[in-house]
Amino acid sequence: MSSTANNVNGTSSGSNGTVKGTALSLDQARRYARHIILPEVGSIGQRKLLASKVLLIGAGGLGSPAALYLAAAGVGRVGVVDYDVVDLSNLHRQIIHGHANIGRPKVDSVRERLADVNPDVEVVTFNEPISSANAFDIIKGFDVVVNGSDNFPTRYLVNDACYLLGKPLVDGTLFRFEGRANVFLPGQGCYRCLFPAPPPPGAVPSCAEAGVLGAMCGVIGTIQAVETIKLLLDLGEPLVNRLLLFDSLSMEFREVRIPRDPECPLCGDNPTIHELIDYEAFCGAPVTALG
Amino acid sequence: MANVRVPAMLRPTVGGERVVDAEGATLRELIDNVDRRHPGFAGQLLETDGAQRRFVNIYVNDEDIRYLNGLDTPVETGDVISILPAVAGGN
Repeated sequence: MSSTANNVNGTSSGSNGTVKGTALSLDQARRYARHIILPEVGSIGQRKLLASKVLLIGAGGLGSPAALYLAAAGVGRVGVVDYDVVDLSNLHRQIIHGHANIGRPKVDSVRERLADVNPDVEVVTFNEPISSANAFDIIKGFDVVVNGSDNFPTRYLVNDACYLLGKPLVDGTLFRFEGRANVFLPGQGCYRCLFPAPPPPGAVPSCAEAGVLGAMCGVIGTIQAVETIKLLLDLGEPLVNRLLLFDSLSMEFREVRIPRDPECPLCGDNPTIHELIDYEAFCGAPVTALG
Repeated sequence: MANVRVPAMLRPTVGGERVVDAEGATLRELIDNVDRRHPGFAGQLLETDGAQRRFVNIYVNDEDIRYLNGLDTPVETGDVISILPAVAGGN
């Protein structure tokens, strides 16, 4: 990383990273008027959002709408981890990136787009793979993590790191015309409770191999943004211990229960995982580009 | 007769159907019955030794069978069976 932004390692931009305890400016009062008028948000809630820090794992299909809505909502610091560059094949679904950004690092595209969406937001970028070596340093400075990764090693890594750091994880996945979303709160179940072991390499096709309806990313990524804001403002009932299933072909939302597993090696009653491991070895697959 | 919701990933094994009706007193019987009509279906859910694959979850009426009686979980008429393989895609 080329610089350090406050207590988070990374490259940052933005003019108003911390407003906690400060009054909203006139421009902010206008920008967030339709939030502030909500009794559940109000001026206090909006200031809470402006003082919040959310990390996006991946700036792709899910990360794009999540980043846009979280920035527009006034989340004060948005972190983005992605080491990929924008490709023409991304643009049917990764709506934060534009044609002019093809070939550029995704994090640069994100920083510029979010600065335009909302100059209140400080954007912290990590143009590097997230790994066991850096995950704690990257994640520790954020309040909530939004997972938009595209591979199993990263999903298990982010899950374990979030649990060990006590960070809420807002998860989402896509497959063709289907999507899923849920929230893992530390101590109330984790990705390992949901899927104790990864599939063998090659057993489950990726989006690149199986395809995905572009607009599906908007549905699930936006649900992740909503769940994140609910967590930050302590609103409603988050998707904790509930996995939301969306089938766009039948236009049907369903839920299944995902309890905490007492036998879970990470968050169970007798955990055996106390630190980050080698996730490529665990999954038998390399970490691919995020997003 | 139970109602099996087949995820996109497994639809090729059931002729592209999104929903399959199936009989069976237990989940294992139900899977066997679907497999007779659609050979290869069971292999997507079970290991060669007959155990449930750890990256494929099966739910009876929204409850994960790992917290019920596994593949011996009873199935009743009208039950909804959901199959959820792990997917990693987010991009």
